[in-house]
Amino acid sequence: METQEHKTALSDWHVQNGARMASFAGYQMPIQYTGIVAEHLATRQAAGVFDISHMGRLRFDGPRADQLLEQVLTRRVLDMQPGQVRYSLVCNESGGILDDVLVSCLESPSGKIYFLLVVNASNKAKIVRWLAPHLADYPDVEFHDVTESTAMIAIQGPKSIEVCGKLFPASVLGLGYYRARVTEQMSKPCIVSRTGYTGEDGFELIVRAEDATRVWENLLMAGRSFGVSPVGLGARDTLRLEAGMPLYGHELEENIDPYMAGLGFACQIKDRNFVGRDVLAERSKEELAVKRVGLVLEGRRAAREQSACFDMAGNSIGTVTSGSFSPTLQKPIAMAYLSRHAAIPGAEIQVDIRGSTSRAWVQELPFYKRANTV
Amino acid sequence: MTLQPENLKYLPSHEWVYAPQDGSGIATIGISAFAVAELNDLVYMALPRVGQQVEAGQEFGEVESVKAVSPMYSPIAGQIVEIHDGIVDRLETLNSDPYVEGWLIKVKMSDPSQLDGLLDFAAYQKLLAQNG
Repeated sequence: METQEHKTALSDWHVQNGARMASFAGYQMPIQYTGIVAEHLATRQAAGVFDISHMGRLRFDGPRADQLLEQVLTRRVLDMQPGQVRYSLVCNESGGILDDVLVSCLESPSGKIYFLLVVNASNKAKIVRWLAPHLADYPDVEFHDVTESTAMIAIQGPKSIEVCGKLFPASVLGLGYYRARVTEQMSKPCIVSRTGYTGEDGFELIVRAEDATRVWENLLMAGRSFGVSPVGLGARDTLRLEAGMPLYGHELEENIDPYMAGLGFACQIKDRNFVGRDVLAERSKEELAVKRVGLVLEGRRAAREQSACFDMAGNSIGTVTSGSFSPTLQKPIAMAYLSRHAAIPGAEIQVDIRGSTSRAWVQELPFYKRANTV
Repeated sequence: MTLQPENLKYLPSHEWVYAPQDGSGIATIGISAFAVAELNDLVYMALPRVGQQVEAGQEFGEVESVKAVSPMYSPIAGQIVEIHDGIVDRLETLNSDPYVEGWLIKVKMSDPSQLDGLLDFAAYQKLLAQNG
């Protein structure tokens, strides 16, 4: 745990604009501006603009950067072309998840190829330590933690494309899903990727820290007529929960493997060698003992992390990892790890919420899927 | 003395109590506008049953917003004689008026002197100001 309290390049803006702030992974972050539900629905209906500068941004330069990352990521890196982004995991030797990350292969305006790893804020220090022996094996790879010198802003929602159409060259709007490029925003350097953590279409931008406020305000100004609003971490969490996306520290932990988490797609085992590979190769063939599932609950009372789950006979079958009232569905939803025999879509179970029982039904993830996909 | 914020007593945990000197010994309890604003998006509330006994400082129910669950504490001891019928299905009422229209429970006080140990309006305002 980092003890020093960090600000993002936008923390002062949030405070000046009335955000409710809280410390998250050592950063002063906006939890909400007007309210979680209003911000959540603005993202689903128009678009939301998020300060996600707390996410760790690690840059790798040099011709062997891909080889280094190939050793530590569960997804194949060696075949990545400039402009590609992949969701991957970092696992330990026993196949436990150390972090979930996005790896991008980028080409700078001068034609230099480099890699960028975006890691969870709460895991950055751990991942940097984890990388150290690998960096020592590849002394020619230049490693820079660029988290502090840059800012990261997401715009997510159906109006993202139109809003960004006012601010970016056409090449950016044509980016496919999980594609990225180095470009400019009003002549400020900017990495744009078509990625996100809300279940909506949109972009994630990385800019220099000194340009962050300008870019942030440009997005809000360009989005004003569409009903675009700033969105805090509170709604980011309810949005990702509806989208069925795991969050490290809740659905993902070192004692969870990718297959239990439903992230087998992020493990490329064949003809590769990476940390945890052999254990994962075995696990990929085994039947799962527990599985990550969605739950929809009766009434309006939400299950929360650690709520215990039981089958209708009262046998313990698992635990809730995230839960909230869903602003889109207007029902309480949750994610949980349930034993295989109980993890059947449609099955009725019981959830203990602070001493009283609610009925719930297992549901396949995600809870929410946008109408049009890129 | 009418039910308005200036005439209420408060707990630091943002519950209010209204106890008119009308000889009935019945106090009305709710949560403050500040608490409602802090919780923001209310989605659920659990209230006790009529007839139940509560102690001063004891949890009498819980209120839940999209993100968090908060217990609600009784400012005074006594027996619950009335629950605001239907309020749990109209939680938006608390946003517009957490006092007259948004009261939660009525309690027959067993020890009205407990009221003296609570914050008055000025002290409560001061507490809110201190907490920024």
